[in-house]
Amino acid sequence: MTTLDLRPARGIHVPLKLTVGVAVVAWLVAWFSEAPLSDWLTFSVLGLQRGSHFGEAIAFFLLDVPKVLLLLLGIITVVTLIRSFFPPERVRAALAGRGRLAGTTAAASFGIVTPFCSCSAVPLFIGFVEAGIPLGVTFAFLISSPMVNEVALVLLWGLFGPGIALVYMAAGLTVAIVGGLVIGKLKMERYVEDYVWALQGKGGTVVAIQLTWADRIHDAWAYTKDLVRRILPYLLIGIGIGALIHGYAPTELVAAIGGRSNPFAVPIVVLIALPLYSNAAGTIPIVQALLGKGMPLGTTLAFMMAITAISLPEFIILRRVIRWQLIAVFAAVVTIGILCIGYLFNFLIA
Amino acid sequence: MKKIEVLGPGCNNCQRLETNAREAVALTGVEAEIIKVTDYGQIMAYGIMSTPGLVIDGKVVSYGRIPSPGDIAAWLSK
Repeated sequence: MTTLDLRPARGIHVPLKLTVGVAVVAWLVAWFSEAPLSDWLTFSVLGLQRGSHFGEAIAFFLLDVPKVLLLLLGIITVVTLIRSFFPPERVRAALAGRGRLAGTTAAASFGIVTPFCSCSAVPLFIGFVEAGIPLGVTFAFLISSPMVNEVALVLLWGLFGPGIALVYMAAGLTVAIVGGLVIGKLKMERYVEDYVWALQGKGGTVVAIQLTWADRIHDAWAYTKDLVRRILPYLLIGIGIGALIHGYAPTELVAAIGGRSNPFAVPIVVLIALPLYSNAAGTIPIVQALLGKGMPLGTTLAFMMAITAISLPEFIILRRVIRWQLIAVFAAVVTIGILCIGYLFNFLIA
Repeated sequence: MKKIEVLGPGCNNCQRLETNAREAVALTGVEAEIIKVTDYGQIMAYGIMSTPGLVIDGKVVSYGRIPSPGDIAAWLSK
């Protein structure tokens, strides 16, 4: 029997390097022409007034949507490429058998680079427990993964510079490590569903799968398209809210609720953020607008972290492996951590 | 007859993998049965933590990504 090449042709056969090269150039062109273009569109073509509420709101919206979209497309692709070298299976092997502090710190750090698809939360949790990784270490990972989201980090870097991005990362890691250590000390193992413990030691180990660069790049781009499509609603809503805040929210109101003069600013914004959920990318435009209105950095960070770290959809998924008491403790520890970060940064950057 | 197992809780990605697997089977004309494994215990036994996973005749060929029908067809014809 003759051997057939069964891989369907991926369209016209363009060399991978050429495609990647063109994509990078196109991105750069779009990135640098975007701001002047939006400005021209809002104030010259649409004829809106600079400084008017409506004009400013529209300007914010038109400026932000392409900028954030470009950042997302670029970032998610690059980060997914990097992530393809850190599958959870490898992370698990690296975490098993480490001491408490080292393990918790490593887990929190890995949470940054590991993908957090909600459907993977359960197999991931089971996988960690099965390998004998302590509960506290597993939670450090669960805390940092959605919160210190690489997309958020690079968006923050792109919009506010490396300082704020690093600050957010440090804050998130701290909450994750301390949270993990605290949960570990509370000895809540009995609140994990029994069947999970029954699986301990029963797991197999997969052989590492060799991926080619073509595989990685195709995967990264496919994932990027899918993810951007999924977070687009959150993003547009986030930018819409950001635009409204930017154009309409009186600075006095923002100052009254979230400003320095209000000692309860941090708990108030965290309380508002708790029932809200958004992918980290969607919070960035709101953060942008709030900072622009003079909300202190600590309060804004606390708001952003509370939106992403405490999410009801994630808790419902986790319910498959842990009981409500442990979920409640998880939520409480993270909330307290966020409150501390909020006050701390406000204090430090007085 | 080849045994193809699609491992995962049944979210969109798992569905897509199953579709690709069916296409691959059609492409190659190989006789195969496609089984969906949603039980976490069984998924764990293969050592997979990032779903969806793909197992052909008991051997894990992919996890954490969605291989194309072409990729799967290539594995099927080995």
